[in-house]
Amino acid sequence: MIKQHVRGTAYGVILNDAVSVQKIGSLEEAPYKGAPKAPVLYIKPANTRVGCGSTVNLPQGAHSVEVAATVGLVIGQAAARVTAADALGHVSGLVLAADLSLPHASYYRPAIKEKCFDGALPLSSVKPLVDIAGLTLVTEIDGEVVDRRPLNDLIRQPAQLLADVSEWMTLNAGDVLLVGVRYQAPQAKAGSAVRLSAEGLGSLNFTIAQGVAA
Amino acid sequence: MKHGRISYNGAVHQVTDAGVENAGRVRLADGRLLSEGEFQWLPPVEVGTVFALGLNYADHAKELAFKAPEVPLVFLKGPNTITGHKADTRRPADATYMHYECELAVVIGKTGKNVKKAEAMDMVAGYTVANDYAIRGYLENYYRPNLRVKNRDACTPLGPWLVDAADVPNPMALKLTTRVNGKTTQEGTTADMIFDIPTLIEYLSSFMTLNPGDVILTGTPEGLADVKPGDVIETEVENVCCLVNTIVDDQTWFAPV
Repeated sequence: MIKQHVRGTAYGVILNDAVSVQKIGSLEEAPYKGAPKAPVLYIKPANTRVGCGSTVNLPQGAHSVEVAATVGLVIGQAAARVTAADALGHVSGLVLAADLSLPHASYYRPAIKEKCFDGALPLSSVKPLVDIAGLTLVTEIDGEVVDRRPLNDLIRQPAQLLADVSEWMTLNAGDVLLVGVRYQAPQAKAGSAVRLSAEGLGSLNFTIAQGVAA
Repeated sequence: MKHGRISYNGAVHQVTDAGVENAGRVRLADGRLLSEGEFQWLPPVEVGTVFALGLNYADHAKELAFKAPEVPLVFLKGPNTITGHKADTRRPADATYMHYECELAVVIGKTGKNVKKAEAMDMVAGYTVANDYAIRGYLENYYRPNLRVKNRDACTPLGPWLVDAADVPNPMALKLTTRVNGKTTQEGTTADMIFDIPTLIEYLSSFMTLNPGDVILTGTPEGLADVKPGDVIETEVENVCCLVNTIVDDQTWFAPV
C-alpha cells in the first residue's frame, strides 16, 4: 500500500457528540428552528493545515482560541454514495487534529473568519486506522491536562458519518473527514504550548502565538 | 487573452480562444485548432480554495427576505462541486426548488496576506463565470448555506474561459444575464455588489493567505427560478464568457454508460 498523505480538502462536522448536543441546549427556537437532519459540515481550507511543531499566529485582535481535539479519517480511495458497511474500506488511516476556532457561540452562519485563519488546523502524520470508539483524546496546555475526551459518544459513528456525507459529495483520496468537535472546546491563550495525544495515535504539539501586525 | 482547459485525446490541454475568424474553436499550445464536440471542457483553473458570497447584492438579499449583511457572508466550496462548461448537473428526485446563480468569479494570481484595498486588484489573475446552484429544500439553519445545499458534486459549473484581468478593465460594471432555455430570467450588474472585489480581497486576506488558483464567487443578483431536468442554463457575464449547463434527472445521471 502506498504511504498516505493529507493533500486534499479537510471537512469537519459539528454537533456529532452527546456532550455537545446537551451543552448547546434547545435547537427548536430561532435561528436554528429544529435540530439538524443531515451532517452539518464545514471546510478547513489548505491554508489552515500545519504539521506537528508549528507555531500558529492568531489573527490580529484575537488573544485566545478554542482547541477542539478530534481525529480525522484520511480517505484512501474515493468515497461516493458508500454504505456504512463499506465506508471504512475507503479510509486509509487516521490523523490527530486540533481544530482551532476563534470562539463563536452561534452555529447559524458559516464561521470562516473564526475557523479558517492560517494555521487553524494542526494535524499529526497519518496513523493506521483503529476503532475510534476506544480512543480518549487528551488536551494539555502548558503541561496541564485541561480536557479528556472519550470518543465513545459520537452520534454518527465514523462509518455512518462518511456514508451520510458521501450521499451528496465525493471525498477523494487525500481528503480528511474530521469526526466532530466539541461545542465550546477549551481555550488556549496566546503564548501557550498545546499537546494533543491519544493512546495508539501518538501526539501533536504546537504553540499559539499572538497575531503579528500587518 | 482567454485561457481554457480541455480534455482531448487522452490528455489535459491548456487552450486559448482561436479568435473571431475561428469562432467556436479553441487553439492548442502547438497551434492545432479544435472544434466544439471534439473535446471536453474542464474548469479553466485547477481551483485552490473556493470562496462564495451569500447575499452580496441588495436586491437578491431582499428577494430572500434578508437584510443586507454588515460583513461579507462567506462560505467555502470543495473541489468536488466544480465542473466545466457544457457539463450536466443533477437535480435529485426529491429536490423541491433548485435554482441557478450567475456569478462573476475572480481568480487569484498571487500569494497575499493583509492586502489593502488599494493593492487588491493586483492580486487578480483574471475572471470567469460560475453558476452556483443551490437546492433550497436542503437548507438547514446551521452554517447556512450548508454544504448539502451548496457543495454537491458537479453543482458549481465554472468557465469556459479564464479572461486575463488586463482584458476586463471594468469588473465592477459588468452585466450578468441568465437564460433558461433561451429565455432571460436573471439580469443584473456587478455595479450592485454590496462588497466589491477590492473589499472582499482585503477582508479575506486579513485573516488568511490567498494563493494562486483561489477563486472568489462574488454573489448573484435577484432573478432566481426553479430549474427542471432538461433545462439548458446559460449564465453570462459581459466581456467575460457565457457558461452553459444542462440539468438532468436521477435516471439520466445514474444511467449506466
